[in-house]
Amino acid sequence: MDKDNDPSGESFNRRLEAARERIKPRKAAERDTGGTMSDLGLVIRSGTELVSALVVGVGIGWGLDHWLGTKPWFLIVFSLLGGVAGVLNVWRLVRPDAISTKADGPDGGPGRL
Amino acid sequence: MAAGSSIDALGQFELHPVLGALGESLRFSQSPMMMIVAALLVLAFLYVGMRPAAVVPGRLQAAAEMCYDFIYNMAVDTIGVEGKAFFPFVFTLFFFILAGNYLGLLPFSFAFTSHIAVTLALALMVFCLSIIVSLKVQGAKFFAHFMPAGAPKALAPLLIPIEILSFLSRPVSLSIRLFANMVAGHVMFDMFAAFTIMLAGLGFFGEIIAVGPVVINIALMALELLVGALQAYVFAILTCIYLREAVAH
Repeated sequence: MDKDNDPSGESFNRRLEAARERIKPRKAAERDTGGTMSDLGLVIRSGTELVSALVVGVGIGWGLDHWLGTKPWFLIVFSLLGGVAGVLNVWRLVRPDAISTKADGPDGGPGRL
Repeated sequence: MAAGSSIDALGQFELHPVLGALGESLRFSQSPMMMIVAALLVLAFLYVGMRPAAVVPGRLQAAAEMCYDFIYNMAVDTIGVEGKAFFPFVFTLFFFILAGNYLGLLPFSFAFTSHIAVTLALALMVFCLSIIVSLKVQGAKFFAHFMPAGAPKALAPLLIPIEILSFLSRPVSLSIRLFANMVAGHVMFDMFAAFTIMLAGLGFFGEIIAVGPVVINIALMALELLVGALQAYVFAILTCIYLREAVAH
């Protein structure tokens, strides 16, 4: 690198280091995208998170009943489990440490959501 | 759509063959046609925008580069360095959905994102990809995530089904969110437009009051522009979050 015609006058090595720093994965605190876009996204998400787990629970319960001919039992159990999972989804979304974007929740579950 | 005094707010979501006899024989409806239009629009935007490849970009090139940077930063910031590999996927998803949402706002157009078949297909694509990546990166350890660490073993029969249901609810919530928001927006447009027609038929005072729903529809259009971008953003960022969990060891 004998030709260095960067107007800022910084050495090539220093600029290379700065560029490497930029592409490094950022730390959890910096990763929070912030801004109104993700705040609004959070609000929009919370409602469907609650309902969708219930939908899945009812669907699985109804399907198992239909398949095994055990009419109301699986539907009852999986509706309850689905409701619980829905509350869990919302809790993962809004819990105080959910902002720091760790890969896994402290409880070891499949992360938030 | 709304004839006389009846409001048919859901008629706008019906699929009809387009392009005459050819479309009739191919069962080619508005939905795939608008998908092709959306895909071509995004491709044309990037191709025409980036063709000058100028060091100092013009307006269109700057817009294309900003879009690229926006999604690139989202993917890399959320997923980490591995996000580079998934950036094209996230970029395609975001702009396909965004173009679909916005094209649907044009008169005589059709919003293909208002069909659950479309949004569920997109969500299942994301879901399957995240499972494949999880299994490839984490192997059998992936299944250990379904038992919260530190919880008493006796609770496992209760906790594991809950975690699995919570995991399975992801594609459902992804698809329902996009689909429901688009349907709700378009139904509201149709309702207020129908109010205008109904009020206008009530004589002189009706014609004056009929301005009200038109004003509301204009405000709704602004809201829908926000919702369209926001839904595409939420879909893309959730894809990133799911993929981050997949690549995390």
